[in-house]
Amino acid sequence: MTNPNNISLNISHALKFIDSHALDIPMLTILGDNGEVLDGAQAPDIDKETAQRLYETMRFIRLLDERMQAAQRQGRVSFYMQCLGEEAAITASAAALKQDDMIMAQYREQAAIAYRGFTLEQFMNQLFSNEKDLGKGRQMPVHYGSKELHYLTISSPLGTQIPQATGYAYGQKLKHIDKETGKLDSEIDNVTICYFGEGAASEGDFHAGLNMAAVHEAPVIFFARNNGYAISTPADEQFKGDGIASRGVGYGIKTIRVDGADALAVFAATQAARKIAVENGEPVLIESIAYRLGAHSTSDDPSGYRSKEEEAAFKANCPIERFRKWLLKQGWLDEKEDEAAKDKIREDILAAVKVAEKVQKPALEELVSDVYDTPIPALQKQYEELKEHIKQHPDAYPVTAGRIK
Amino acid sequence: MAKMNMLHAINSALDITMNEHPQACIFGEDVGYFGGVFRATSGLQEKYGKHRVFNTPLTEQGILGFANGLAAFGAPALAEIQFADYIFPAFDQIVNESAKFRYRSGNEFNVGNLTIRTPYGGGIAGGLYHSQSPEAYFAHTPGLKLVVPRNPYQAKGLLRACIKDDNPVIFFEPKRLYRASVGEVPEEDYTIEIGKAEVVKTGSDVTLLAWGAQMEIIEQAAAKAEEAGISCEVIDLRSILPWDVDTVAKSVVKTGRLIVSHEAPITNGFGAEIAATIQQECFLHLESPIARVCGLDTPYPLALEKEYVPDALKVFAAIKKSVEF
Repeated sequence: MTNPNNISLNISHALKFIDSHALDIPMLTILGDNGEVLDGAQAPDIDKETAQRLYETMRFIRLLDERMQAAQRQGRVSFYMQCLGEEAAITASAAALKQDDMIMAQYREQAAIAYRGFTLEQFMNQLFSNEKDLGKGRQMPVHYGSKELHYLTISSPLGTQIPQATGYAYGQKLKHIDKETGKLDSEIDNVTICYFGEGAASEGDFHAGLNMAAVHEAPVIFFARNNGYAISTPADEQFKGDGIASRGVGYGIKTIRVDGADALAVFAATQAARKIAVENGEPVLIESIAYRLGAHSTSDDPSGYRSKEEEAAFKANCPIERFRKWLLKQGWLDEKEDEAAKDKIREDILAAVKVAEKVQKPALEELVSDVYDTPIPALQKQYEELKEHIKQHPDAYPVTAGRIK
Repeated sequence: MAKMNMLHAINSALDITMNEHPQACIFGEDVGYFGGVFRATSGLQEKYGKHRVFNTPLTEQGILGFANGLAAFGAPALAEIQFADYIFPAFDQIVNESAKFRYRSGNEFNVGNLTIRTPYGGGIAGGLYHSQSPEAYFAHTPGLKLVVPRNPYQAKGLLRACIKDDNPVIFFEPKRLYRASVGEVPEEDYTIEIGKAEVVKTGSDVTLLAWGAQMEIIEQAAAKAEEAGISCEVIDLRSILPWDVDTVAKSVVKTGRLIVSHEAPITNGFGAEIAATIQQECFLHLESPIARVCGLDTPYPLALEKEYVPDALKVFAAIKKSVEF
């Protein structure tokens, strides 16, 4: 019998509705609060060097976030977003990938690009939108991107990267499909990871992206950061049902839920997800359960919509501290050196801020470059007219006037 | 050369592209085995396989999101939106993403490999949702290119140019002409430059300007005008973004008069941009006000389509008014 409806034909004579929580999705947790591997859990295959780099990245991002949040309050940068509370989720997932796997992030995933090797100076150039910014000073602070580091430049519209990740991953797979048989003729060498918050999962792009990835079998890892809040809107005002994980199952995607404050659990889940993606050429969904400890952005004030008690409860569960304790138990971290390194990083950040804010803004030409591969005639004309105008009124345009040839 | 209709010409351009690049993909609703509702992609799945020519789920934002990602990866992404009326669910992906990919990343990333094909326009008794000409919405978006062919020869050469162009391009196909327009088309590869208008017929009294299916209408109007002793210069704009100001301005300097005609509603249609620019470029040469013969500011109707459309008679009336001003 053919099955044109593509369903499990399981006939029943009982009038029974399925409860939305019927899947009873478990949350993978490996590390205990004191850095011990929990009974019955197994630590993932992670080497010392990776573990140390993972920890150093989390610690660096925590310090960077603190400092830049303060810099925004001082009026030195216009905007900032912290990943406070989600450092382990983001860093450990990035650490479980290959350096040249593609990352398509939402905006709160600076730890992933830091793990890849984005330098402090590069962070600052973007945050201060100076002429050394890879994005040429065109986007708001925290919209990082780097071709060299395989980190797609962030865009502000929410969720748009989700179907794009499917398309990108499809391209990664297409290289390995045998033209005659239509089957994979070798293992896929790269995957795409796509980060988004539980709020973004309400966008149409989420449905479009997951559905297409499932149907067309794209090797993309969807990493849902369920952190409790979409700006001020709590998760229970965003969706019903059992989190984002239950949706993954609905789309026909292998799915796992992890403790997002547990670096080892996130690492293990992402490592396994990557294996599925490259071996089967199919998508995987990871739902990370963490808590957005900070404000949504510097334009937000969470005291207006959530209690101090709630925040304090999650503050006690610091993902960095939990992993640090594990590293200490492993004998992979020296506490004294760690403290000294923190002070050094703080100093480096302050010094980098001072340097970056003095670098000049992008040249006037960057206003019109990259709209197209080469400026179209109308734009070229507008540029020439603008240049003439600035030449005639140099005092009104001090940033660019002196540099026009 | 071979006799082809516009669908064959488009199919030929796609076929060349699929041969040229092993990762080029054609995708959209029903474009697989079925060959699309208009059959523009007929035979291509058999030739290139299900992994490169495939049906997508019914999600325009998904098609364009996927296309943006595939193009960013570096594969030629040939996305079809079944009707231009249904491009709006993909509006965000096109306007906020495709168009801005290169600029916002400082050229770290781009989607120059993206070509969107979509049938547009009326004349098929399609009513509100199968007749729209949405080019003006996209003409307001820096970073996109917009191209419209008027016949099979133009369709193949322009589509190949769109595919080779290193920017995202929307290729609007006049669906009324898919089968109605037949002509000689080279079987081999060729391109027609994007951004250049074509003077289809020279004349001295008035310049008529249109694109796509509306070219047929202004050519009919020009013929009527010739009978009345009025010499018309007829120009096919071909590219809406970027558009060829120089060719149009040069013609208007010569004739002193301009009539722009398009199917889309008149208010804020692309004719408005042309009128504003040409009056600036040609102010002292104008013998009469620039006129627009366009759709009404209503949704595209069904029963009263004949009354609604900017037909040859309306264009002819505008020509007479212009020369008698």
